[in-house]
Amino acid sequence: MIKAILIFNNHGKPRLSKFYEHYNEDTEQQIIRETFHLVSKRDENVCNFLEGGMLIGGSDYKLIYRHYATLYFVFCVDSSESELGILDLIQVFVETLDKCFENVCELDLIFHVDKVHNILAEMVMGGMVLETNMNEIITQVDAQNKMEKSEFFPFFSFSLSLYRRLSFSLPGRTGRHRPVLQERPLVPYQL
Amino acid sequence: MFDLEVLVTTERERSRKRGGLALGDPAASSGLRFKNRRPEVPASGDNKVKICHCFIRKLLCCSVRLNPDATFLSGGGSFKKGKSKEAEIKRINKELANIRSKFKGDKALDGYSKKKYVCKLLFIFLLGHDIDFGHMEAVNLLSSNKYTEKQIGYLFISVLVNSNSDLIRLINNGIKNDLASRNPTFMNLALHCIANVGSREMAEAFASEIPRVLVAGDTMDSVKQSAALCLLRLNRTSPDLVPMGEWTTRVVHLLNDQHLGVVTAATSLITTLAQKNPDDFKTSVSLAVARLSRIVTSASIDLQDYTYYFVAAPWLSVKLLRLLQCYPPPEDAALRSRLTECLETILNKAQEPPKSKKVQHSNAKNAVLFEAIALIIHHDSEPTLLVRACNQLGQFLQHRETNLRYLALESMCTLASSEFSHEAVKTHMETVINALKTERDVSVRQRAVDLLYAMCDRSNAKQIVAEMLSYLETADYSIREEIVLKVAILAEKYAVDYTWYVDTILNLIRIAGDYVSEEVWYRVIQIVINRDDVQGYAAKTVFEALQAPACHENLVKVGGYILGEFGNLIAGDSRSSPLVQFNLLHSKFHLCSVPTRALLLSAYIKFINLFPEVKATIQDVLRSDSQLRNADVELQQRAVEYLRLSCIASTDILATVLEEMPPFPERESSILAKLKKKKGPGKLPDMDDSRRSVNGSTDSTHSFTDVLNLNPAPSSGANLLIDVFSESSAPAAATDVSEENFPRFVCKNNGVIYENQLLQIGLKSEYRQNLGRMYVFYGNKTSTQFLSFSSSVSSSDLNVHSKAVDPVIEGGAQMQQILNIECVSDFSDAPVLNIQFRYGGALQNIAVKLPVMLNKFFQPTEMMSQDFFQRWKQLGAPQQEVQKIFKAKHPMDTEVAKAKILGFGVALLDGVDPNPANFVGAGVVHTKTTQVGCLLRLEPNMQAQTPNGNAAPPATDPSFPFGAGLPGSHLGICSRCRGEQGDGFVGLKGTWPKSHELKVAFDLASFLPPDGRVCERLLLRT
Repeated sequence: MIKAILIFNNHGKPRLSKFYEHYNEDTEQQIIRETFHLVSKRDENVCNFLEGGMLIGGSDYKLIYRHYATLYFVFCVDSSESELGILDLIQVFVETLDKCFENVCELDLIFHVDKVHNILAEMVMGGMVLETNMNEIITQVDAQNKMEKSEFFPFFSFSLSLYRRLSFSLPGRTGRHRPVLQERPLVPYQL
Repeated sequence: MFDLEVLVTTERERSRKRGGLALGDPAASSGLRFKNRRPEVPASGDNKVKICHCFIRKLLCCSVRLNPDATFLSGGGSFKKGKSKEAEIKRINKELANIRSKFKGDKALDGYSKKKYVCKLLFIFLLGHDIDFGHMEAVNLLSSNKYTEKQIGYLFISVLVNSNSDLIRLINNGIKNDLASRNPTFMNLALHCIANVGSREMAEAFASEIPRVLVAGDTMDSVKQSAALCLLRLNRTSPDLVPMGEWTTRVVHLLNDQHLGVVTAATSLITTLAQKNPDDFKTSVSLAVARLSRIVTSASIDLQDYTYYFVAAPWLSVKLLRLLQCYPPPEDAALRSRLTECLETILNKAQEPPKSKKVQHSNAKNAVLFEAIALIIHHDSEPTLLVRACNQLGQFLQHRETNLRYLALESMCTLASSEFSHEAVKTHMETVINALKTERDVSVRQRAVDLLYAMCDRSNAKQIVAEMLSYLETADYSIREEIVLKVAILAEKYAVDYTWYVDTILNLIRIAGDYVSEEVWYRVIQIVINRDDVQGYAAKTVFEALQAPACHENLVKVGGYILGEFGNLIAGDSRSSPLVQFNLLHSKFHLCSVPTRALLLSAYIKFINLFPEVKATIQDVLRSDSQLRNADVELQQRAVEYLRLSCIASTDILATVLEEMPPFPERESSILAKLKKKKGPGKLPDMDDSRRSVNGSTDSTHSFTDVLNLNPAPSSGANLLIDVFSESSAPAAATDVSEENFPRFVCKNNGVIYENQLLQIGLKSEYRQNLGRMYVFYGNKTSTQFLSFSSSVSSSDLNVHSKAVDPVIEGGAQMQQILNIECVSDFSDAPVLNIQFRYGGALQNIAVKLPVMLNKFFQPTEMMSQDFFQRWKQLGAPQQEVQKIFKAKHPMDTEVAKAKILGFGVALLDGVDPNPANFVGAGVVHTKTTQVGCLLRLEPNMQAQTPNGNAAPPATDPSFPFGAGLPGSHLGICSRCRGEQGDGFVGLKGTWPKSHELKVAFDLASFLPPDGRVCERLLLRT
């Protein structure tokens, strides 16, 4: 079972947190900090698995993470999940985000909290993997977008399209503008 | 917080565009503001635009590089270092106040604004700020008809669950409506919400509804998927609320579903359910094998879009392989060969050249491969597959991909415990040792240590221990303690030559003294004391080790103890004469902590006994002010007592008092227990006897391993050194087996079996056929911890398997232990539960007879009157019958008697006996080897309890009209009334397939001893 999904940037700022087990708010923040601390001090080229921090269950749980551009994607899972499978799942998640947001970057996650949550909900539900077929996920997300559009003018996409138009002309896109998947074919950062 | 600023500013921008905020807004002058305005004001000149972009970029860079928490203050866009956190909080509080006022305002908000503000709240929550309002608005959104509003409402609820009961009712209401809506999107949202929140209230409301949704024929695929996982989630959080029923068989058939997403979800569900009730889902094995075989051998065309980087449905394959790990290898030969074929194909594919260079391709392929290997290891039955798996893992050990090396080491650990492949695993030892030395990643090194530990046996123990010791010098601090424990265990377990063992442990203390826990050094002392052949060597070695200018305190402890006991063995050498030994120990004295000093004082008094020639020197030391007037009570007391003892006592008395320590009694290794506790159950490779005996270790090692005992034996005379152990205790008295409450459990399964002033033991048990499960609850009635808690069950006839328990029970806490019981054949002796724990330093031993009697394995049987009497008649032989007459102390109550008989386990047959006052019952005793049918009849004599107390005449003709048993089965119980002798009469008759005959029959009727005492309890006491 997946216990938690955390996304934070290189500085430990949370960009998405989804806990499938109940913790109070303070503990959740501490877990994010602890996980960031554990993950960020690891070199590139080391393996993508490590034992969980004390707060999230210690050695009974594994942290499986991937580092893309400015973001860490961390899944905390128990022994019933296949490690490599979860790595694949992270990749599917990022690729899906990339398709839905066209060149997804950190800011997309900030401005579209709700959409990212929706995409994630199509993949993982209550800590179990729901769907791994990217086309299926995208079909669902598109259907939702259509329904949304038919209801009213989308709220947040406005600011982002604006932002993107600006940032495109910036020489050397850095930081939050950096696309999560820098190039296609998609190669995660450390591999 | 920059991001928030952007968010908020953007919002302002929007509202301004719609005629909202005035231009005088402070944010208007922000640099960020400018960028948002840009599309409205077409760029008049490129230069200007460029400047503005540079400005933004600089700000961004500053915030990122200088201070991740940097905030752009809303006024003027200035950037203040240091105060940023405060500013962020200020900004957020302002925004929260704004939202709160909007929610509370008179004007009803439209759906759009509500959605907007709820989104903001979510973002603020993500940044770690408490959100204590907005729940009501979210519930309103959730009940809306518009998809967007509903969706954001659900999102808010599942992120910010609140156990507010009013709210939960409202949420549940919304969910109920959506589930009934038949709109798949809405249903999905509702199911997601239930799964993500998973609270008990929700389980209560929907646990019976969801199985219906799941198996309904007209449910959409996507809804089925969600429903399966939702059910899984509820089953995890509140298993008691999910009803098992007819739907389970239909769930199994979802494995044949067209839609692979549904199959994946169903597999997850079945895997979890099958772990709890394997029998109910047995049919899933064949379906899973069939499905797996289709995936593995198929061309990838027919798998819709589930082919991931050229690998056919990797996720589903992994799930199916996991499901198969819940079961033993299939018995059906065809099925088995089909599965073997699948596993072989997967192994073959690993050797094929990759279809893509991408890492995703190899990840997906290997995910399936590792799961297949896990299944092969789980089955542990096909030697060829096991060897192939081992070779495959061997290849991965040297793979350039770190992830694969990590996983290969992890899988090999489990493989090493299989007897077929243990030898094969050992061939990779060099590679693993190399990994330990060269691997850059600490996680991988840790797995390498685990694997070395698992593959260790007598043949390679010396090498492995040496490698681990040398690794210890550079090991990461986080894993040192674990390595120390492992080295200590291996050194002890595989020691052929105990000088090697002593050397190893002393090395261990030298290299990583801080990480050597008390258990480890206690252990070395116990072993030295128990083994004569190593004592002289140990004394010599510690003496040499103590000569190092700086030695660890643990070494001083070991040295003090061993020299105190066995210093005489090396005293012949002038280089280690008594005085030299003493001076050496005393030179360390002042550098040590109080407990060590106390130990050294005890060693000194032992010296006085061993070497009369240094008595004066030692007395001087004891007499010095720093000892006699030591601020520490313990040290002072020892100094005073030892000094007096040495002055007053004669040599003979001293020799008796300070005699050498007696050998320690044998017990289970507490180091092992400690390692198990540290690693958690299941993490530790199984170092089972079966495996060791396969690999040539002899029984002597085994028994030696168990010498472990932290508790000194009951003292013979005054073992003064006993009290140097902080854990030492008064000798535990052997206790009698408590049977006090035993008879109470004849007719019931739950209750308190044992209670004293410290501990209460409660039982809850359930039986089905020849199997039983007993939950034992240990309640600590005191306010202090019970330490070193352990329990074991000894039984001569039953198979009792007990799960391990935590060694510590906190004060006032309760701990549960599960016992699985199997009745193999008929038996008469109940198992005994032995409990040991330490309370405030005193070792407590408790033995309790567990109420497992033959009648617990009764299955009630219904039968008709005619049937009953016919069978009753067939059992006429004397050894088929047991009967008892007993006297009741309480008035016979029909209802109570009925309840007791039902509790006894047989079915109560109404309307069978012509006399309505009599009770008739029938049941079958299930054992693994045989089944025995039993008939029972109880005839109370109501008249006997008449107030005048006169004995009543016989109620029935003594020539009882029926006496029979079940055909093909062998025991009958008959009962009749003999008024002149008692108030009731119960009889038993039986022939058993074995020669036990009457003995067993009487055991069955053990609730009816000749004096009727227990029977009375059974039948008549209220």
